[in-house]
Amino acid sequence: MATAPSTIHVEVLRQSTPDAAARTERFAIPYRPNMNITSLLGEIALNPVDVSGKATTPITYDSNCLEEICGSCAMLINGRARMACSTLVDALLKENPDQPIRLAPLSKFPVVRDLAVDRSVLFENLKAVKAWVPIDGTYDLGPGPRQFPQTQEARYPLSNCISCTICMEVCPQFNTATNFVGAATIAQARLFNMDPAGSVLKEDRLRALAGDGGIQECGFAQNCVEACPKQLPLAEAISATGREVLLQQLKDLFVR
Amino acid sequence: MSASPRIIVIGGGLAGLSAVIKIAEAGGTVDLFSIVPVKRSHSVCAQGGINAAKDLKGEGDTVYKHFDDTVYGGDFLADQAPVRDMTARAPAIIDLLDRMGVPFNRTHEGLLDFRRFGGTLYQRTAFAGATTGQQLLYALDEQVRRHESAGHVKKYEGWEFLSAVLDSNGVCRGICALDLRSMQTRTFPADAVIVCTGGIGAIFGKSTNSVVCTGSAQSALYQQGAVYANGEFIQVHPTCIPGDDKLRLMSESARGEGGRVWVPRDKNDKRIAKSIPEADRFYFLEEWYPKYGNLVPRDIATRAIHRVVYELGLGIDGQPMVYLDLTHIDRETLNRKLEGILEIYEKFVGDDPRDVPMKIFPGMHYTMGGLWVDFNQHTNIPGVFAAGEADFSIHGANRLGANSLLSCINGGFIAGPQALAYAKSLPAAPGDGGHAAEIQRQNEKNAALLANPGTENPFKLWRELGDTMTKHATIIRYNAGLAEADAKIVELLARYRNVNLSDKSQWANTSFAFARQLENMLHLARVIVQGARLRDESRGAHYKPDFPDRNDPQFLKTTMARYDATVIAPAFSYAEVDTTLIPPRPRKYDATA
Ligand SMILES: Cc1cc2nc3c(=O)[nH]c(=O)nc-3n(C[C@H](O)[C@H](O)[C@H](O)COP(=O)(O)OP(=O)(O)OC[C@H]3O[C@@H](n4cnc5c(N)ncnc54)[C@H](O)[C@@H]3O)c2cc1C
Ligand code: SF4
Ligand code: FES
Repeated sequence: MATAPSTIHVEVLRQSTPDAAARTERFAIPYRPNMNITSLLGEIALNPVDVSGKATTPITYDSNCLEEICGSCAMLINGRARMACSTLVDALLKENPDQPIRLAPLSKFPVVRDLAVDRSVLFENLKAVKAWVPIDGTYDLGPGPRQFPQTQEARYPLSNCISCTICMEVCPQFNTATNFVGAATIAQARLFNMDPAGSVLKEDRLRALAGDGGIQECGFAQNCVEACPKQLPLAEAISATGREVLLQQLKDLFVR
Repeated sequence: MSASPRIIVIGGGLAGLSAVIKIAEAGGTVDLFSIVPVKRSHSVCAQGGINAAKDLKGEGDTVYKHFDDTVYGGDFLADQAPVRDMTARAPAIIDLLDRMGVPFNRTHEGLLDFRRFGGTLYQRTAFAGATTGQQLLYALDEQVRRHESAGHVKKYEGWEFLSAVLDSNGVCRGICALDLRSMQTRTFPADAVIVCTGGIGAIFGKSTNSVVCTGSAQSALYQQGAVYANGEFIQVHPTCIPGDDKLRLMSESARGEGGRVWVPRDKNDKRIAKSIPEADRFYFLEEWYPKYGNLVPRDIATRAIHRVVYELGLGIDGQPMVYLDLTHIDRETLNRKLEGILEIYEKFVGDDPRDVPMKIFPGMHYTMGGLWVDFNQHTNIPGVFAAGEADFSIHGANRLGANSLLSCINGGFIAGPQALAYAKSLPAAPGDGGHAAEIQRQNEKNAALLANPGTENPFKLWRELGDTMTKHATIIRYNAGLAEADAKIVELLARYRNVNLSDKSQWANTSFAFARQLENMLHLARVIVQGARLRDESRGAHYKPDFPDRNDPQFLKTTMARYDATVIAPAFSYAEVDTTLIPPRPRKYDATA
């Protein structure tokens, strides 16, 4: 490997309010081994001065766990949607030795400020598909139904979704023209349809995914599968759910 | 008396969400405040599991043994009745989580699987892969979303609690909160408030905690008169991955599944780990503690690692690190049971722990101390309840692994109905309940901070705080060091008055919010170091080489810290501990135990 640089060059696309114009600020940060993007942003907060020596403000971005489990810190890093906390500077420098590291907010969500965006649409979508088990109550009703390890092993990977919205960001169909709900919501509908007790709402969920903005908008580009930091089996979830939505639509046609 | 009481819950981790669910289910309405969207709360980080003595492994485990392990593990500092009640409720809590759809690992018969954790001899820990906290948080989050859709819950995500609104009798009548986007400060009326704001890791700079775990809310309440109890009891987790920005936890479940901790016997041994033969490896936990082995409680393991590195000079390559080795376990088992945590190591270190022993070192992890609460989760401020890591109950001087998720849910389940019952019989507030005065106090504070002409960068002050706390108030404590740390914090408080925000804007200004948190962190840091300074004994996680023994006659007492505004410092007193159920006995995990 080439010798490590002494300085890391970073370009950040900044925007001070949702309506303000975006501008690029450049920073030079002393190199240390084993940094990630969130620690780069921390260095800027410690010394908020751009590359020309001009004072600026710390960069606003979302983060919490710093270990890729809370889903907060998704952003565009060198043009690719990924998690800032688990993106390592050394790896980026190796990929693109002479290039600055470019940071920008996700492009399909309203910018709040700098790298922070509003992703509440995903939580609204989860309401629409009733992504929960409608338990009778929290009083003691004894154990749940027995579940073979196979069921658990099928459900668990879907339950690892961290709501980062990267699958939505990279999806060509996720835009204001289609109003597509996106892969994450479909995967969560599938998760609860697979739960022995959660499946009682299966028909409601499938109906919520039918029609405009629903599962039919998926164009099978499969960008989501590639980009999901938690490797959810999204292609599988979408095609299985797609079949069930069709069946449900047929059924509803005959019953009505 | 209010016809339909208004309850505010602050914090949407396991504790907060549990409280919300109980209130919504009882027909109440809740305003839920959280800095981060609740689904991104720190509870999502918990890996290993949650305890309940369901005895599904035919080992003869019982609720009493869980109770006894918890009290003994906490070195008898916990009030015992609440621990007894929590351990008794634990099996039903697991059943409920199971019914909510948590993908717990299963046995062949389709029953819940259990693993062994530290400080016990039983397989008592239910788990969902190595992401148990994530799965539990999501299950509760989903139930809350369901109640939200039904109109019982209103979420204020992206709002930070600043203070309680107290009436002229000192009774809580609401809260004052900051909208982290618009930077507007507002008060909200409430008949009862439940504080579930989690841990305080940020006070130590780097820890295993999430970024928002600053303890700022607890500190604000302490400065308003709430008692902060047992603040000096800080758990340092034995196995963390040292990192540039945080100490990432390597869960105790790695040892629960058979992971072994060792160093080369010869400090000059430069061979790569896997080529070092068994005879040349020093499995110090297994040698020193044959009965519990690698699963001794955390404080014991942490001090053992510290001793191996700093007294015996046996750290790997002379560095403060020891091996945590899983390479003798087959890949399939590791992937099925530990994948989530092994991925963290792979992602952040770059080595595959299935092939190469991990390098780990202890790191600040958890606060046993917190807001003092009675057995109904009520703080000493009427109308302010607390639950979860933010309260002081259950864990005494040291928490056992996988007991926190349980205590969070249990605490929330108690606090919710108790707050509702309290609110229903609350007389009307005198005057405006203190709202006008509180909003004015906060607005003045905000204006002063924004206009401050000083020169200090809050992030730099924070770094200095973290360094001093980690150096003097974690694994090994000396009175001279603690006094030095306290002097340093006083210096930082003085420099804080000279703080200058490089960002003075009024939209999503994270430096502003951070600076406010920092001031609160500094006040709480004094509670920790002074409490430790005063406790001249060793108990659980609190260890002083100059006072190596537990001293029950003098210190089997709860430390109670109250803020004294006249001197801007904590004032201490001590309260009796409920030890009526299990008489205190010496705590030992070595060969003689
Ligand atoms: C890496 C790691 C692994 C762990 N593994 C385990 C395990 O396997 N088993 C176990 O039992 N325990 C484990 N623990 C401990 C356990 O996870 C925590 O103690 C527990 O999750 C705390 O939950 P909580 O509900 O009290 O708070 P949190 O989950 O921390 O939630 C706090 C909430 O308060 C909000 N908040 C904070 N301050 C404010 C404010 N001022 N205004 C508004 N909102 C605020 C936050 O936004 C958040 O919603 C682990 C801890 C760590 C760090
Ligand atoms: S499915 Fe994957 S990419 Fe989409 S939100 Fe979930 S974790 Fe992120
Ligand atoms: S900070 Fe939680 S995923 Fe990056």
